[in-house]
Formats: sequence, C-alpha cells, structure tokens
Amino acid sequence: MMKFLVSLFLGLSLMVTAAHAQNQPLRIEITEGVIEPLPFAVPNFVPDSGAASELADDLARVVAADLSGTGLFREIPASAYISQVTGFDDPIKFADWKAINAQALVTGAVNVSGNRVTVRFRVWDVFSDKEIEPGMQFSGTRDGWRRMAHKVADAVYSRITGEGGYFDSRVVYVSESGPKNQRRKRLAIMDYDGHNVQYLTDSSAIVLAPRFSPTGDRVLYTSYESGFPRIHVLDVGQVQRRVLESAEGTMSFAPRFSPDGQTVVYSLSQGGNTDLYTMNIASGQAQRLTSTPSIETAPSYSPDGQQIVFESDRSGTPQLYVMSASGGEAKRISFGQGRYGTPVWSPRGDLIAFTKQNKGRFHIGVMRTDGSEERLLTASFLDEGPTWSPNGRVIMFTRETRGENGRSSLYTVDISGRNLRPVRTPDGGSDPAWSPLQK
Amino acid sequence: MNLLSKISMAVALVAMTACTNNSALDDTNSVNLGGSAGAGAGSAADPSSPAYFQQAVGDRVLFEVDQSTLNDAARATLLAQANWLLENTDFSATIEGHADEQGTREYNLALGARRANAAREFLISRGVAGSRLKVVSYGKERPIEICSEEACYANNRRAVTVLAGGLTG
Repeated sequence: MMKFLVSLFLGLSLMVTAAHAQNQPLRIEITEGVIEPLPFAVPNFVPDSGAASELADDLARVVAADLSGTGLFREIPASAYISQVTGFDDPIKFADWKAINAQALVTGAVNVSGNRVTVRFRVWDVFSDKEIEPGMQFSGTRDGWRRMAHKVADAVYSRITGEGGYFDSRVVYVSESGPKNQRRKRLAIMDYDGHNVQYLTDSSAIVLAPRFSPTGDRVLYTSYESGFPRIHVLDVGQVQRRVLESAEGTMSFAPRFSPDGQTVVYSLSQGGNTDLYTMNIASGQAQRLTSTPSIETAPSYSPDGQQIVFESDRSGTPQLYVMSASGGEAKRISFGQGRYGTPVWSPRGDLIAFTKQNKGRFHIGVMRTDGSEERLLTASFLDEGPTWSPNGRVIMFTRETRGENGRSSLYTVDISGRNLRPVRTPDGGSDPAWSPLQK
Repeated sequence: MNLLSKISMAVALVAMTACTNNSALDDTNSVNLGGSAGAGAGSAADPSSPAYFQQAVGDRVLFEVDQSTLNDAARATLLAQANWLLENTDFSATIEGHADEQGTREYNLALGARRANAAREFLISRGVAGSRLKVVSYGKERPIEICSEEACYANNRRAVTVLAGGLTG
C-alpha cells in the first residue's frame, strides 16, 4: 500500500512539500515532491466579552475550513489539544502544540463594539518557538464577519506558502433549477466557499456565462431578455444593468473584459457566422478581430492585455488559438486528440485552462501558453468552463451529470489535479467566474 | 409520409398541441419549448393555420453531429415550409437553432446559429423574403429530449421554424 501511494504521488507533476525542520522557517513549498498536508491548529479565538463569544468560535471555524479546503493543510481537531488558548497575549505553550504535531498555530482575539468587529490574530511556527511575522488585525461590520475570517486565512496562507491567497473573493455564476428541458437560470453571486448567495437577476430570461471586471465591481453576461442573446453589463453594487449595443439580426455572446476594464471582447453571430469583436464600453465603438467562415468564440485576454486566446473550428474541429489583442494572424496552440474549448488565461499569465472533449468524456485541463505541457485535471461525463482563483492555484468549473435527471453543479480542483471538491450552492450551478481578491 | 396521412396525424395531434400551449404559459423562462407556434395555433385541419404548419408541413429539421448541412429530409421539409410561407404571407418566422449537450456552451450557441441560418438560407433560396425570417440560437439550453443518448441527441440537434403574426395571431 505504501509503495502504491508513493508511486502515485511521484506520478503527479505538481506537488507540495511541507519542508520543515527545526530552526528552518515554516514553509510549504508548492513544488515537486511528496505531498504531506501541513498539520495546523486554530483554537477558537478569544472573545473579549460574552457578546463576542459565538463570533470568536465561528471565525476560527471559517479560517480552519479555508486552510483545510486547499488540501495543503490538515487541521488537528480540538479534541486533541493539550492546552487551551485563553488569553491572546498569554505565552504559547509550544511543548503542548509540538506534542500533537501542530506545526502551525493560529491564535486570535475578537472585540465586538456595537456593530463593529475587530479581529486580531497571530501565526506561530510551533517547532521554532516563535511567531511568523508580527500579528495583524482586521475590522469591519458584524455582517461582514466571514470576510474577516477569509482575510485572516489569506494572511496565514500567504505567510506559509509565500503565494497570494484567494479566500476573500467572490464567484458570480448561473443558479439553475428545474428539469433539463425547462431549466430556469438566474445570475447569482456568492463568496468563494458558497456562502452569502445573492441573486442578481430573476429567471424570466435565460442568462449565461457571467464574467467579472478586473476590479470585481461589474459583471458581463449574456441574456435572452430581448428574445435574442445579447450582452449585458451589470453594476454589482447597485444591481443596475444595461445592454451593449448590437445590430438587429445579430446575436452576441461570450463577453469578457480586457484587463484594464475598458473593453469587451465577444462573439458576434451574423448570417450564421460567428467572429470575434471588441467594443469600447464607454463609446460603444466596435472593432472586428477575426473574419473567417469558421466559428470563433470563447475569447480570453492575457493578463497584460496584449494577446487573446480563443476557440475556433477553422481546422475542422474546435481548437485553441492565440492572436494579438488587435486581431491578425492566430497561432494554433492545441494539438492533442479531441476538441478544445473555453480557454481562460491564468492570472499569473503562465497557463491556459481549457475544456477538452475526447472519446465521449470531458476534461478540465491546463497547458502552457504555447500549448506545451498539457495536463488534464478532471474527467467526467461533462465538465466545462474553467475559471481561475485570484492566485492561479485553483480552478472552479461546471460539472453536469448525465441522463434525464442530469444536474449542474460547481467544483474546484487544484492545478496539480488534486483536491477535487464540490462547491455547495442552494440550487444547481453553472458557468462560475471567480473575482479578483477583494480590497 | 404522404400529405393525407400527415393531415390525419395532424388532426389527431390537435388536442396535444392545446396542452402544450397551456403549459407554456407557466414557463417563466418564456421559451417555446417544442417550438410550438408562437402565433395562435388554430386548427391543424386548416391548411393556413400555424398548427397545420407545425404538424403537417413539419416545423423542424434535424442535423448530424457537429454539422449544419441540410440532408435530403431536411431539404424536403424546408421546401414544404417555403411553399407554405409563400402561400401564407401574413406570417413571419423565427428559426431557432439548437445543439445537443455534447459540446461547450458557447460553441454550441455558435453551432445553433449556423443551423438556424442554414435553414433560413434555404427558405430564402426558395423565394421567401429574408425580411420575414429571423434567427436565434439556443445552443444546448433548450433540449426537447433529456436523455443522454444519441436517440435524444438526434432530436435535439434541430432548427425549428416558429411562426409569428398571421390572422390568428
């Protein structure tokens, strides 16, 4: 069994090492190596009053859930604790935490003053008997307590992995209910972990494939409100929306923002032919990027705004291509077996996530931007539509089950292909788009 | 199927059509699921009624996997549609293109647009004015059959001509 596990781990190309020895800084190196999630403890935070007590427990649970959810950390349950943390400024009994092999310890304190909540926290490197960088604090209103927990978890994650976090982020998606042939769809927005769902539209018209603006304050999506697919832009805070200009007799869909938030790249279908266009959102001025009899859709900008990756069937089957953001000649980057679609450039710029359809199965995969080093992360009856976490470590996507009772739901997977997890939503869900980290 | 037997089948289907229309009223996503007449259906016994068009003429054509080319059966149906539209000039139509679920959402939208347009171009080539014919694609959003087998997929890869206007509308 051990041998099997070891070879399984070595077969994966991206690994995690909990590199930690005495007197070495506590660090998870997300590189090749053996996977061993880092054991940590998050005792319930210390409340400064009875009013803060429930919140102090809840905050610690969300921090723990965020960290465990990455697959890089393993929480040690409270039942194993030898000592309790009863005062935020009390000395840490390192020996007690070493004894249960908690390599990282997160302690916190909560102050509630009216509607104002302040969370202080520290991250301890147990085996070095010291704090990892100085403590920090976050303040906010009581109803924003989950965001504060996510911010604490992001800080812990960043300090230990050396990478940006992704917990204080939101996801816009399509909430789905009803049977397959009468599915009702409405736009919804939620925290990355499925909490705080709010609906942005009703289900009176089909809505598809929302995308966040680079600052997360606006959402582009496709709606059939007019009877025809048209691109709408919605202000998330005020839930105001407007339709982007489009000519009679055309259909427009697959909109995505440019990295500066000024331009939309999208598909426009006219006379049965679908090509890529850009439009300046303020002026409504459109520019045609492709001009071929084939289907061009699912565009995505590189983070520097210089290039666009998209899907085209100009070769006979859908494949991925990269071109300049102003159009012109495109270079094919997908050459494996099967059909490729929905390319999405990673926020780090190094990878492109995609949907692949091959031999009756669907996969979410990643490849380098030149098409090399393709890796398939998932396989099922129908997986599609990847979106990147703000730090480029995790991909969320739609999984639909087969058959008459087929249902869509959201999943996440690490770019190593590990840690496949469902995202719990009140109804079915599809077409997720991950926001940037919130400010 | 000859015309007479089509008509008799159409008459038998009238009751069913009425049911479809009633249930469509409850559908808040406001899509004509079966592509049943957007205009008042009327009686299928009346050759100038949308019900006749839908059932006797045939309101839909089917496509092969990933294809938008019209096969012989599709061309025969569209020829009958063209003749009907040339006779019944009060009607306009929206041609809905659809795809099966085996494909990504946005590609299927584009594929549905190709299919709807192939049907439209054929009708125009037979003399129907383009100004009477709109197209819309639903991609894989509105399957009429919901199993995940080719038997269902074959009926979902379709272009449906939905009538609007007319004296009964």
